[in-house]
Formats: sequence, structure tokens, C-alpha cells
Amino acid sequence: MTRHPVIRKAFFALALPLLLLTAWWVATANSTSFFWPPLSEILATFPETWFNGRMVQDVLPSLARLGVGFALAFVVGIAGGTIIGLFPLLRALTEPVMEFFRALPPPVLVPVIALFTGYTGSVGKVVTIALGCLWPLLLNTVEGVRGLEPVLIDTARSYRLSLWRRMLYVVLPGASPRMATGARQALSIGVILMVISELFGANRGLGAAIVQFQRSFAVPEMWTGIILLGLIGVLLSVTFQFFEKRVLAWYVGQRDIERGA
Amino acid sequence: MPMKTARLADEATETATLTAETKAALDVRSVQKTYEGQGRTVEAIRELTFEVGPGQLVCIVGPSGAGKTTLLRCMAGLLELSGGEVVLDGRPVTGPPDGMAVVFQEYGRSLFPWMTVRQNIELPLKEKGLGKAARREAVDAALAAVGLLESADAHPWQLSGGMQQRVAIARAVAYEPSVLLMDEPFAAVDAQTRAELEDLVRSLWKRLGVTVIFVTHDIDEAVYLGERVLVLSNRPTVLLEDVAVDLPPERDQLSTRSAPRFGELRGHVYELVQAAKLGQRPGGDVEEP
Amino acid sequence: MTATAAPPRPSAPAAQRPRRRRSWSGGVIGALGVLGAITTAELLSRLAIVNPDYLPPATEIFADLWRLLGEADTWVALRQTVTGWAIGLAIAMAIGVVAGVVIGSVPFLRAFTASTIEFLRPIPSVALIPLVVLLFGTRPLSAITLVVYAATWQVLVQVLYGVADIDPVARDTARSYQFSAWRIARTVIWPSALPYVVTGFRLAAAVALILEITAELVIGVPGLGRSIGIAQSSGAVTETYALVILVGLLGLAVNVAARAVEKRVLHWHPSVRRSLG
Ligand SMILES: Nc1ncnc2c1ncn2[C@@H]1O[C@H](COP(=O)(O)OP(=O)(O)OP(=O)(O)O)[C@@H](O)[C@H]1O
Ligand SMILES: [Mg+2]
Repeated sequence: MTRHPVIRKAFFALALPLLLLTAWWVATANSTSFFWPPLSEILATFPETWFNGRMVQDVLPSLARLGVGFALAFVVGIAGGTIIGLFPLLRALTEPVMEFFRALPPPVLVPVIALFTGYTGSVGKVVTIALGCLWPLLLNTVEGVRGLEPVLIDTARSYRLSLWRRMLYVVLPGASPRMATGARQALSIGVILMVISELFGANRGLGAAIVQFQRSFAVPEMWTGIILLGLIGVLLSVTFQFFEKRVLAWYVGQRDIERGA
Repeated sequence: MPMKTARLADEATETATLTAETKAALDVRSVQKTYEGQGRTVEAIRELTFEVGPGQLVCIVGPSGAGKTTLLRCMAGLLELSGGEVVLDGRPVTGPPDGMAVVFQEYGRSLFPWMTVRQNIELPLKEKGLGKAARREAVDAALAAVGLLESADAHPWQLSGGMQQRVAIARAVAYEPSVLLMDEPFAAVDAQTRAELEDLVRSLWKRLGVTVIFVTHDIDEAVYLGERVLVLSNRPTVLLEDVAVDLPPERDQLSTRSAPRFGELRGHVYELVQAAKLGQRPGGDVEEP
Repeated sequence: MTATAAPPRPSAPAAQRPRRRRSWSGGVIGALGVLGAITTAELLSRLAIVNPDYLPPATEIFADLWRLLGEADTWVALRQTVTGWAIGLAIAMAIGVVAGVVIGSVPFLRAFTASTIEFLRPIPSVALIPLVVLLFGTRPLSAITLVVYAATWQVLVQVLYGVADIDPVARDTARSYQFSAWRIARTVIWPSALPYVVTGFRLAAAVALILEITAELVIGVPGLGRSIGIAQSSGAVTETYALVILVGLLGLAVNVAARAVEKRVLHWHPSVRRSLG
């Protein structure tokens, strides 16, 4: 290892992934196993599988449904959570019901919503994603609003800040770390629901495509689907962290200083 | 007293003349406060009555847990009273009143961590409706007064405790309140900074003509800063003594503190606080805590 | 990216505020809320605001739930679900804790694996569904594999936070007294990582149930999830709802139990005592 910090960093970031990929490559190189085709074959199959129209017809619609469902849940969850968090009586009234919905594993929403809208169109899928994403956002926002520093609320009151200024400058930023936690949880649930909402009935979409490959024993294509889904998960997580870092820079800075002290 | 009752009875018609003839900026009338909480009631303030004239600087001392913070929060309209009333400029206080600023005991937690120092000071000014240029000017002036101009764009948590304290003071000063309430504002700063901040408060007070109520643990500080020192008994709280500080208005850390009169006053307040700790009540009776 | 994630960042459970005990009146209000929700559902259906074919009256759903609870099949399915969940969770805990302590306490390993963990963690566990179907079909092993994959990350990441949070002075002290590695792990690392392990457990327990039910519903692994799927596809609407409620209650039980474990374990923990003053 060298002393140069950049090279050192690159080494630590890339060494293990490269090692694992090489191991996969070598281990499957001469594989005749039906389930574990050579990595070279999987990678070769990738472009023809996804870039021949599937990207536009399957992948993007899936992501769009995820985006719409998540956005709906985000708006409703934060607005509702803020209102519930501000009124203790409302919170006491709704808490057990919300706890139940949070504890309900979101995939069971799929058969229930299938009753109402079926699963051929986009509506049922979007509703499923939105409902699944809603509870973590809602409950975390409630907690965030409830956990606001009381001295800050007194400060806002003693300077007689108007309602909307109090919301905009005090309540929302103060609850934002918890909102981000909720959003992160919601996003991972959203991805799960995006996939499994497509597994019912004859369907298009990323999840549906992967299962069709599996059912038709197109194993290398199935592997490309798994890899693509993994890449999407990583991409979403990176995007999320990018925004989180910007919005919550103050929170991270403050926490680091408190921990250091 | 009869005059006051008359005023209260006929407030609407006499408001105009009233303000002119009222001597008190802040009038605390038999204020009582009992905390009621899950199965536990704490009688914090039994009965407090005093007046603070416009532009006065009054210090409040008392044993820990006496209810100083409680009193301050009652005056600020942040707590509901259990009895009595607080009257500010002739109007009873029901919620946080106009023209009042509070520096909280937990100053560090009273600054918005998601805003820079400048934004923290600016926010109340926005609410006041000041234009952009005027806000900038006011913030700069306040920051210059507390010696923090270079830290304007830092976040509060990047500053030391003493600096945070000065930001909280700057925010209150920039607001140009007519009444300024401060709750043990210097409890957490080192002796050197403390002396500087004390002089800062006195010079700001003189310059702005604001009424200041200053709660402190520190007897020296109370005597050095105040025109009056109110000594509170222990809980449930009543007023033990209202000590007039007859030191010359020009004060100076060295000469004032070494003046014989300062020593006498200090000794007197010290004895009062000691007595208060032992349960001394006005009239000489000692109540077992 | 597996379901449910870390609480506010590196969750320091020790720093959490002691939750105020729910007062008696709070419980009554909450019960009123539940009653209100059930009544609303009942009325929506009875007044046909929502098509009763899709949403049967709440009373009928609960009656059907009562009937289901009298049937042996329900209990078999419940046992299958709980078994899969418990086995998967136990394996995940074991892997997560051991790997977390080892990786976390060796700085080289930590730096070496950081990027890989960051990359693998957000991969949605449902991506593995086709693979486990091919490998294991509808056997319980399919569900357990998904559960282990999803839950392990929760535990591992928390344990890594926990090991990183160890007081360096304590560690250096232990080193300077030439404690053996095992002894350092037991006396220094484990106690300070424990709150994080417990938090990881709580998060993993919830995630594990989600994946168990998903596998049952989607793949057809025996359990409550599959029962829901069967009820729905055979048009037994009331039974579908009854089973969904049963699964929800199971989820609630898992959450409550996990929180109780967390509270119990952390109760005597010094870091909590310290923060409570
Ligand atoms: N929200 C509350 N609920 C119940 N009791 C309270 C509450 N706030 C304060 N008290 C009690 O009221 C009494 C007075 O408290 P207060 O904070 O006003 O004292 P203080 O004089 O400011 O003390 P210190 O000098 O330590 O700041 C104390 O006994 C305290 O325990
Ligand atoms: Mg106090």
C-alpha cells in the first residue's frame, strides 16, 4: 500500500468489489450449472435484454409508478404527520391505529387493493406503493414534530412568529431529520412494493419482466434483471443521500460536534 | 392601591391618560403559579407583587428552584398564571406580548441549529416587517455590539457556549424590545467573558433605554448590574426583600466592585439569600421546607 | 435497500429520551380512536359508500376472524409464519453480530469492506425472489433466505455503528493492560455495542416479518401470507380481510415484543442510566 491518500482511498473503495467480481467471474467461468451461468454470459446478455425497448416499456414505467406513489405518500405523510404531531389529543386518538398500519407488513396491501382496482392498470400499483410508503413517513413526522426542542418553540412564541413562519422556519426544519428517516424507510418499502405489485396477473414492468424470465427459465436474463434491480436500489440510495446531505447539513454537523465533545 | 383598582375598572376610557400617568412598565400583581401535572402539584410561586419602572434594570436572585424561571416565563406570557396578573404598559399579559424579548436559560438550545447566526437574528426582524436593508443593518449592529461580526455566517453549533450566549443576546437586542427578560444568561461562560458581557448588558441598557429584568444566581453580578435587587424566598416563593442598589450609575468592574458600598450591599443580599435557603420568609417566620 | 431502516442515522439508543409513560386517559383516547376507525369502516360498507363487495362490514370481518381462530389450519399457518420468521431472524442476528464485531473492531477490515457494504445494502431483497424460486421452490428455505438477506443488513449496520461508538479511552486502557482479544471483545466492545445490537434486533424483527409474508404471498411458501393469497384469489373477500388483520396483529405483537426486549435489555445498561441522570 502506498502512503498517498487518494490511491489509498481508491484501494479501499475498489479492492473488495473487484475481488468479489473476479471471484464470481472465475467461479462461474466454466460453469455448466443451469442456475449459475458464467458472469461473462450474463454481462453479454445484459444489453440485448434491456436496451431493446424494455428500458422504456418496462423499467421507466415501474420507476414512474414508484416516483408518483412515493411523492403522494411524502406530501400526505408530512402534512398529516405535522398536523397530528402538533395536537396531542389528535395524536393520542390516532396513535394505536397508526401503529397497527405501521406493523402491517405492506405486501398484504397487494391482495386487498387488487379487490378494488385489479392489478392490470397503474392505479392499483401506485396506490399500493403510496399506502406502503405512507406509514413510515407519517409516523416519523409525528415523532419529529413531537420531539421538537421546547425551548425553540418558546423562542418562536416569544418573538410572536406567525403561524406560517413557525411552520416554515421552526417546525418543518426541526422535524426534518426524522422526516428523512421516514423517507428512507418509505423508499425501501416502495421498491419492494414496486416489484411485487407487478407479480400479479399478466403484466409489464421491471418486476414482471424478471419473473417472466424466471418462469420461462431464461436464467441469464433473470440474472441481468437481478443486477439491474440492485443497481436501481443503489442509485436510489445514492440520490437520496445526496439530497439528504444537502438538506440536513446542519444536522450532520451538529451531531458530529456533539459526538466529538 | 385604590388608584390601581380604579384604573382597572375603567380601562377602556382611560387608556390614553393612563399610559402617561403609569409609572410601571411592568406590573406584577399577586402572581401565583402552581404546576399541575400527572398526580403531582408543585406550588412554585405563592404570591409575588412588584413593579418595574420604565427603563429600570432589575435583578432577581433566589435559591435554586425558587421559581425564578417560572416567574420570568409568567411575565413573558409563556405560562398561564394560577392567580393574579402581569400588566405590561397598562395591558394585562395573556400571551407573549409585543415588544418583549427573552433570553432563555437554555440559550444554546434556543438558537435554531438549521440557521446561521445571521438568520437566527434576522427571523424575528422579518416577523416585525423590517425591509431587507434595515434587517441587515440591525443584524450587523447587534453582532458588532457583541463582537461576533466574523461569525455571522457560522451555525450556532459551531460556536463556543459563550459565543452562543452572545448570539442569543444579539438576537434580543436587534429586536429592539421595550422589555428584555434574561434568565441566568451568563451561567455557562468563563469569568472573563462574563465580565465583558455584564458591561455589554449595562451599556446596551443605557443606550437603548430598555427595561431589563435579569435573573441570576450570582449575588455580585446582581448588585453590580442592577438598580434594584429582588430577593426571592425558597419555594413556594414570595418576595423576601426589594433591595435598592444605591451605587453610582457609572459602573466599572474594578472600582465599583471594590467600593465599600458595593461590599455592604453584597453582604446584605448574601445574608438574605442564605436566610432564604434556610427557609426564611418575610415577617421573620421560618417555614420548614 | 431493505424495508425499514436505521432510526435517525447512527441511532444511539442510549441518547433516546425516556418516553413518557402513556397515561391512563391517553389509553382511553387511543381506544376511542380504534373504535372510531372500526365504526367508520363499518359505516362505509353498510351505507355502501364503498362497495361492500370490496369492503365487507367490520363486524363481519371480525366475526370471520373469530371463526378462523377456531380452525386448526389458521394456527398451522400462523406457526409456519412465526417459525420462518424466527429462524431467519436468529440466523441474521448471528451473522450480523459476529460479522459486525469482527469487521468493526479491525480497522483494516472496516475500511476494506465499507464500500461493498454500502453497495450491497440498498439492493432490494425482493430482487432475489426469482433466484430463490429457482433454487428452493416453495419450500420454507425460500422465505428464510430472503429473511436472512434482508434482516442481516439491519443488524450488521447497527453493530458497526455500535463498535465505532466505543470509547477509545476504554479500548486503549484495555490494550495497555494487554487484555486478550477475546477479553476486549467481552468487556469493552460487547457492552458498548449492546444498545445498538438491540436496536438492530428491533429493526430486523420488523423487516424479517415483511419478507416472510412477502415470500409466502408471492412465492407460495406455506404460512399466513399464502393463506391471504388463496383467500383473495378464491374470492373470499371477508376472509382476506380477516387474515390481513391477523397478520397486522402479528406485526403489532412483534413490534411490541421487540420494543419490550429493547427496554429490558437497555434498562440496566450504564449508558441509559447515565442519560437518565
Ligand atoms: N413544567 C414543570 N412542571 C412541574 N414543576 C415544575 C415545572 N417547571 C418547574 N417546576 C418546579 O417549579 C419549581 C421552580 O422551578 P424554576 O425552574 O422556576 O426554578 P429556578 O428558580 O429557575 O431554578 P434555577 O435557579 O435552578 O434555574 C421547581 O421546584 C421545579 O421543580
Ligand atoms: Mg431557572
